[in-house]
Formats: sequence, structure tokens, C-alpha cells
Amino acid sequence: MEQLELFFKSIFIDNMVFATFLGMCSYLAVSKKVKTAVGLGAAVIFVLAVTVPLNWLLDQYILRDGALVWLGPEYAQYDLGFLSFILFIATIATMVQLVEIVVEKFSPSLYNSLGIFLPLIAVNCAILGGSLFMQSREIETLGLALNYGISSGIGWFLAILAIAAIREKIRYSNVPGPLRGLGITFIITGLMAIGFMSFGGMLTTSGENEEATSETTVSKAEGIKKEKIESTHIVEVSTIK
Amino acid sequence: MGLLSKKDAKLIMDPLSDDNPITIQVLGICSALAITAELEASIVMAVSVMFVLGIGNVVISLMRNIIPSKIRIIVQLIVVATLVIIVDLVLKAFAYELSKTLSVFVGLIITNCIIMGRFEAFALANGPWRSFLDGIGNSFGYGLILILVGFFRELLGSGTLLGYKVLGDPIELTGLYAFGYENNGFMLLSPMALIIVGLIIWVQRSRNPSLIEDE
Repeated sequence: MEQLELFFKSIFIDNMVFATFLGMCSYLAVSKKVKTAVGLGAAVIFVLAVTVPLNWLLDQYILRDGALVWLGPEYAQYDLGFLSFILFIATIATMVQLVEIVVEKFSPSLYNSLGIFLPLIAVNCAILGGSLFMQSREIETLGLALNYGISSGIGWFLAILAIAAIREKIRYSNVPGPLRGLGITFIITGLMAIGFMSFGGMLTTSGENEEATSETTVSKAEGIKKEKIESTHIVEVSTIK
Repeated sequence: MGLLSKKDAKLIMDPLSDDNPITIQVLGICSALAITAELEASIVMAVSVMFVLGIGNVVISLMRNIIPSKIRIIVQLIVVATLVIIVDLVLKAFAYELSKTLSVFVGLIITNCIIMGRFEAFALANGPWRSFLDGIGNSFGYGLILILVGFFRELLGSGTLLGYKVLGDPIELTGLYAFGYENNGFMLLSPMALIIVGLIIWVQRSRNPSLIEDE
């Protein structure tokens, strides 16, 4: 159940493109044709599925506060958290190279369709973002990390597929000159993001987490009102007791 | 601009408008949009990118003759990652609340395409001083868009600028709110950042028709 919830949550609610703007550069640059978009999307799913679990292991056994305890009790006080950026990006860069070599060796046809996108991916924000969100959301098990990698990859794939299809069609429309190309792509992505926001209510059980993340976006005025309401609420509860 | 020759000044001024990294080169959108709901966060992000890009460009430019071209990407990544760790630790030490708001997006400066893009396109082929100017110029252009977006989103979304209530108090109904003005909470949500950037592109390209793409 937990697995399924994370799966749908990462695809629809926390969609990498529409909710957190990850991987926008390649999303905008490679979405002119559906065919290339599918290639890049597949490569992103693949690389995320490899790097997120790997970085989870690194985080769990090397980087986290006290994670080195398996080396011996005297290592328990070390916190290597500040190294996580450099280790994550090094892992990603090496994994991408490794995947490229392996794919080239064993499946030339897959290499022909994915190959040119793999080097691009090492510097795709979605990949590093996947690992960093995995760390900051404190995903608990290796299985969940793998699930998170795959499902957020699928979310990204869906987004780039959709925008590529729209861009292929919009070529036949009469867009105002200055908006043509990049401008209209931005605005369409914005509209799609609004559409994806409606998935927000899909998983009601995860409401608590969402409240925490959306709190920063609640305006300060509303925040004050909320506090007032909460404080009166507490008074009521205490009087009932 | 007495200090700089004409060519050097061009390096700084071009990215501000005609060669803007976000609206023309389409670089660095990834980490730019998510943090622009407040002006303060946008400014901090712009300054961080300026630090990383300015220094990174100089470092890469100094090393450009000794980096083997096969492993240059990973060398560049390590340089950026080191600089970003410095920024992250400084933010955590001196502006903890803000570093919470920026969360993973500080780390994502590493994969900000502006940085790799400028390393590849400029620092690998030019001397340190010119690379430094290029870095500063590009991060100015980046910061300009970020601050514009942050300005509109914070002003229209929560009626404040840098936390100051410039439009009056929505609860005590002073200022504009006395006339029934309402904040547009929608501006604080992520899709609006995209739409605002789209509008900025529209304005910029209609002022300068040579930038219009023909598909």
C-alpha cells in the first residue's frame, strides 16, 4: 500500500516537471519531436531507477549523521552530510558513463535510440533532484527508493511526452510572433501544471505531508488567521476536558 | 565603464537583454522557477549563482589547458559541487530559515545548465578575467529574470515585498485592502512562475523582433 501510494504520488502530485520544475532545460530543448522526447524520457526513467537506490545506499551507510557506525562504535559521531552533493553528482556522472558503456556493449539497438541522450542526462537537474528529494523526504527503505526513482522518472516521461505532442500540433496554429517557440511552450507548461494540480486531492491519506510542504506557500495573512483559529481550537479542547 | 574596454563591457551587458540566459539561451530554468514565490529567496538564489558562476568560470578557465577533454564534464561537476557546498554551508550558518525555503534547490545549482553551459561555451576557451566578466554578466541576466518574477509573484500573491506589507494589511483592512482589493493566492503556486516567464519572453521579443523564432 505504501509502495502504491508513493508510486502515484510521485507521478501525479509531486510531478517533477509540473510541481518542482526539475529537468526543465532538457524538457524545453528536446521536446520539439515526440520521437526524441520518448528517447530522452526513457533514458531519464532508466538512470533515475539506477541512481536513486544507489544514492540511498550511500546516504544510509556513509553520509547520514552517525551512519558510519557499522565501521565501529568510535565512528558513530561523524556526520558527513556536507559531502552529499559531491558524492551524489559523482555517482550520477560515473553511473551514466557506466550505463552508456554497458548498453553499448549488450544492446546496440537500445544504444542507438538512447545513446545520444545519456551524456546529456548527467547534468539533468531531474536526476540530481531525484536523489536530493529522496534524501530530504527521508525515504525509508531501499525498495521505496527504487520505487521513487522509477515513478518520478515516469512522471517526467509523461510530462515531456505530452508537451512534445502539443508542440507538434501547435506548429499549425497561428501563434503571435513574439510568443512563437519558447514563449508559448512556457505558457502551455504553466497551464498543464495547473491541470496537474487537480491531482492534489487524489491521495487523501498523505494529507499531512502535503500540508507541511504547502505551508510555505500559504500567504502570511492566512498564516496568522490559521494560528488564531488553532489557538481558539486549543482553548475549546482544553475547556471540554 | 572606464575600467573596462568596450569588448569587456559587452560581455557584461549582453546577457542582460539580447543574450539573456533564461529567455534566449534557455539555460538554468530548472532551479530558477520553484523558488521565486518570494523576492528575498530570488535575490539570495541570484547571488548564490553569481558566486558559483563567477568563481567557477575563473577556476575552469585557469585549468582549461590541463583538463583532458574526455573527463572535463566530471572535473567541471566537481568544481561546481565544491563551490555549491560552500554556498550551502554559508546559508545554513547565517540564514537558516532561508536555506529551509530554498531546500534542495541550492544543491540543484550544481546541475543548473547555466553553469555547465558557460563553462563549456566560454571558460574553456577564454582567459580568467574575461571568463570572470562573462560569469558575472550571465548571472546578472539570470538574476534579473529571477528578481522580476519574484517581484510580481510576491507583490500580487501576498501583497508584500521582502516581507514588508507594501499594499496595506489584509486583516486590519488598511491601504488597498480597504477598497476591497484581494491577494491573488494563485500567484504563489508554481504554474504562475512559468506563465510569468512566458509573458516576459513575449514582452522582450515584441520589443526586439529580431529574436523571434520561426519554427
